[in-house]
Amino acid sequence: MSLLTLALRRLLASVPTLFLIVIGVFLLLQFTPGDTVDALVAQMGGGDPAMAEEMRRFYGLDQPVTVQLLNYLGRLIRFDLGYSYVYAKPVLDVILERLPATLMLMVSALAFAFFAGLVLGVIAARQVNRWPDTLISTFGLVFYATPAFWFGLMCIVAFSIRLAWLPPGGFGTIGANLTGLDWWLDVARYLVMPTLTLGLGFLAVYLRIMRASMLEVLSLDFVRTARSKGLDEYRVIYRHVLRNALLPMVTLVGLQAGTMLGGSVVVESVFALPGLGRLAYDSVVQRDLNTLLGIVFVSAILVIVINFIVDVAYARLDPRIGHQGGH
Amino acid sequence: MRYLRSPAAVLGLLLVIVVVLLALTADFFYPRDPLSLAGRPLQWPFQSDRFLLGTDSSGRDIAAQIFHGARISLLIGIVATLLAIALGTVVGALAGYYGGWVDDLLMRITEAFQTVPSFVLLLVLVAVFGSNLETVMIAIGLVSWPAPARLTRAEFLTLRQREFVQACRTLGMGDGKIIFREILPNAMPPLIVYASVVMATAILMESALAFLNLSDPNVASWGNLIGLGRGVLRTQWFVSAIPGVAILLTVLGVSLVGQGLNDALNPRLKGR
Repeated sequence: MSLLTLALRRLLASVPTLFLIVIGVFLLLQFTPGDTVDALVAQMGGGDPAMAEEMRRFYGLDQPVTVQLLNYLGRLIRFDLGYSYVYAKPVLDVILERLPATLMLMVSALAFAFFAGLVLGVIAARQVNRWPDTLISTFGLVFYATPAFWFGLMCIVAFSIRLAWLPPGGFGTIGANLTGLDWWLDVARYLVMPTLTLGLGFLAVYLRIMRASMLEVLSLDFVRTARSKGLDEYRVIYRHVLRNALLPMVTLVGLQAGTMLGGSVVVESVFALPGLGRLAYDSVVQRDLNTLLGIVFVSAILVIVINFIVDVAYARLDPRIGHQGGH
Repeated sequence: MRYLRSPAAVLGLLLVIVVVLLALTADFFYPRDPLSLAGRPLQWPFQSDRFLLGTDSSGRDIAAQIFHGARISLLIGIVATLLAIALGTVVGALAGYYGGWVDDLLMRITEAFQTVPSFVLLLVLVAVFGSNLETVMIAIGLVSWPAPARLTRAEFLTLRQREFVQACRTLGMGDGKIIFREILPNAMPPLIVYASVVMATAILMESALAFLNLSDPNVASWGNLIGLGRGVLRTQWFVSAIPGVAILLTVLGVSLVGQGLNDALNPRLKGR
């Protein structure tokens, strides 16, 4: 069986999980005090009960919960996530508008955490139990214990208020009308602090795993073989050890995809980034339950897709699978 | 004792003891309501003898909030962790012991919980059930059980094949007794170590929730204070800085204790 089929099979296996999630959260949201119509009527400054009933009939809220659930699932298959009454447009549109900021934040934070963790982990493992190792491991522990939002606020104090190097929040200079490379450079300035803030805790985890994994691989027989072949240390580390030691790191990316998405809720709120996390927070505050349910659905899909990519990457990296191919 | 030989583990234990002491002596040093007006707002730390850590923008004593906040952090950490470990243990034990369709079903549910980002699920739970102290504690516990469940299941999968379990079966012991009296004690050490990770995460989650104004506003929580200090960040950044250090040291202490326990329980894996 080829790699792709294997990964695709796992992707298919997650479809029932997705339905389980949607059904679970849909039923959970039925416990919310007050429904959309209540929220709308309150927004309009009150209305008579007859009109509220009329609106419930219009939105299908007068039907039994099971019928509402089936209706919702039926629309979901066509990627119709319902209508957001707060933003006055379809939930899917609201989410798609917010997705790029979150994706950019996640990709840059992941890249930062992964590569910084990799480098620091390799250094720590090669100097194991000497002072660079102790120093790096200590910083790792402190980073892990640091509340991300607090670190973000302290970054704002230092780099925006005191030094005035970086903008304290937002996503691109308003009214600048930049295009092409200028736009990217402008947005990058706004993403520096959010990336560090979101990535810090993950950096701590990656460096710890990388260090442990390097130590593990360095003790294996094939490394001794490579050394006895007369390969220099550089080649042993970069051609032989690193590739094997990377595997647990790649697994971790998949395992932590959800945590990172959850972390972006807080980071986007600190830096006023117009992303999915910020949207999730706003929809809780504004009781926009359709949007909230849509975000749960989309973030679950994101986690599944990231895990699919990780599966493929893992298969490409692992020297034990992939080369045999055809069986 | 092996635990005390590691300086990091001892430091962690000291940090945890300090936080527990803060929580225990809060009423003694600061008998008044920590959320009541105490003096002129926004006094800097170490400026007056009355307010060692200064006052926040509502004129409340920051030191009093740090002392009383230790209670909230510990309470939330402990209750949420106990709930998550208990739930995870039961789910993992049943799945690992019985296997078959029970395992399939329970693992499917676990996977669903792990696919939704736990902080997003936490937001949903808070949106539905409100945000007073009890619901926040329960909600954090409810989003934290999948990892302990997987850990317990893995332990049970190997332990259920062992001879002592077969001996128990031959003796005619009931499943419940085998699971909880015979296998579970053997599966406990990694769970106890993992509990420190759950607790550290629980404390961080509550502080993030409080920072977003989605936790109980009527208790002196460190996260609440950081959120409040955000309004005066430009000039009086100490209001946010001080409670953040308290969270950092608490979580650091809990993680170090967990790591120390891990090294003491699995000496062969030390340094990994």
